[in-house]
Amino acid sequence: MENPFRSEAAAFRFLLITIGAFALIVVASLISTTLGIVVWLLLSGAAVWVYLSQRGAAPEREHVEHVGGPDEHRVLVVANETLGGDELLSAISTLALTKAARFLVVCPALNSRLKTWTSDEDPARAAAQDRLDATLTRLASVEINVRGEVGDSDPLVAIEDAMRTFHPDEVVISTHPPGKSNWLESGIVESVRVRFDVPVTHVVVDLDSRS
Amino acid sequence: MSAHAESLHDHHGPPEANQSSRVDARTLGMLLFIGSEIMLFGSFFAAYFFVRVVNPSAPAEWPPPPYEFPVFVAGVNTCILVTSSFTMHWALQSIKRGQRAGFLAGMVLTFVMGLAFLCTQVIEYLNVGFNTGDGAFASVFFGLTGLHGAHVAVGLSLLLMVIIRGSRGHFSPEHHHGVELPGIYWHFVDVMWIVVYATVYLL
Repeated sequence: MENPFRSEAAAFRFLLITIGAFALIVVASLISTTLGIVVWLLLSGAAVWVYLSQRGAAPEREHVEHVGGPDEHRVLVVANETLGGDELLSAISTLALTKAARFLVVCPALNSRLKTWTSDEDPARAAAQDRLDATLTRLASVEINVRGEVGDSDPLVAIEDAMRTFHPDEVVISTHPPGKSNWLESGIVESVRVRFDVPVTHVVVDLDSRS
Repeated sequence: MSAHAESLHDHHGPPEANQSSRVDARTLGMLLFIGSEIMLFGSFFAAYFFVRVVNPSAPAEWPPPPYEFPVFVAGVNTCILVTSSFTMHWALQSIKRGQRAGFLAGMVLTFVMGLAFLCTQVIEYLNVGFNTGDGAFASVFFGLTGLHGAHVAVGLSLLLMVIIRGSRGHFSPEHHHGVELPGIYWHFVDVMWIVVYATVYLL
């Protein structure tokens, strides 16, 4: 169940619900004490029903709020091994040419489960940082407004983090081709499409075809 | 397009924290704080319901005659406080859209209304006609409303800090956590007052 104090907007909605609920209880109580208790019981039952029906359910589709000026278009680019791929750089360049876009490139520090459990993250983060630096340098050379960061080892968590800090208007996810991509196997692209109400572009980079 | 590329690891000072939670760490801190506050208010409500309902010698009427609560004045005060939540919400929406004038106006209005609520409560205390020594009902009345008043005072301090920072040019559509968190706290204070007003004054 979503926490009612998760954000200011959620807290404000909860306040409005509280006002409505207590107004009903007070009005019913002024008519009759019994009616007041009945209304209180009904509202309490409704609250329990909402809690039970939401418990364990898939998270609701989240609205990613647009921030910045009306003309500003923010693009979140998520990639790891395919970060330097020509197809991805071409997609970024196309977006940069057609819109006044700001880019955030997130490179999840992919790691094995065992290394994650044992907090052995430094090599994975360093490797991700190297790929990120190379890509940022390449994008800067063609004057694209971009910054980057290394994300969580779980790509979906890394994307969720970026959603909250960057508020993108569009997401570009780069993966290996089907059959070679762990991200596609785990349904990252579909998960992001289901969870957030921003357009998601899937760019396939076939590194093998270049070699 | 502009020539601008940076990597977050290039900044000076301590490294950026690696976020791995669906809730921002600062928001999570505020949630935990509010959780503890709910428990604190819960203990005061437990005392209130004991005095009023469970206690075998609980008065049949609330408040026990000849005392009366200033229901109308407190109702007006409730309207003021609830309205301040709307202006708080407006202020945050304004800064998210980059509208500084609306943001500052909303914050100042919220602060003024919160201050009006607190001043009215102090005047109410001075004229209510009973004191903490006049019975258990008076103790829980002053305890609950006083506890809430203390929270309003804390909220006003937070709002004042936001106003001062805002007037110095702080906060932007990208960075407004310093507004969001006091906003969550302020709405929580409002929610608690709705519960206090409905249970203590009206029911």
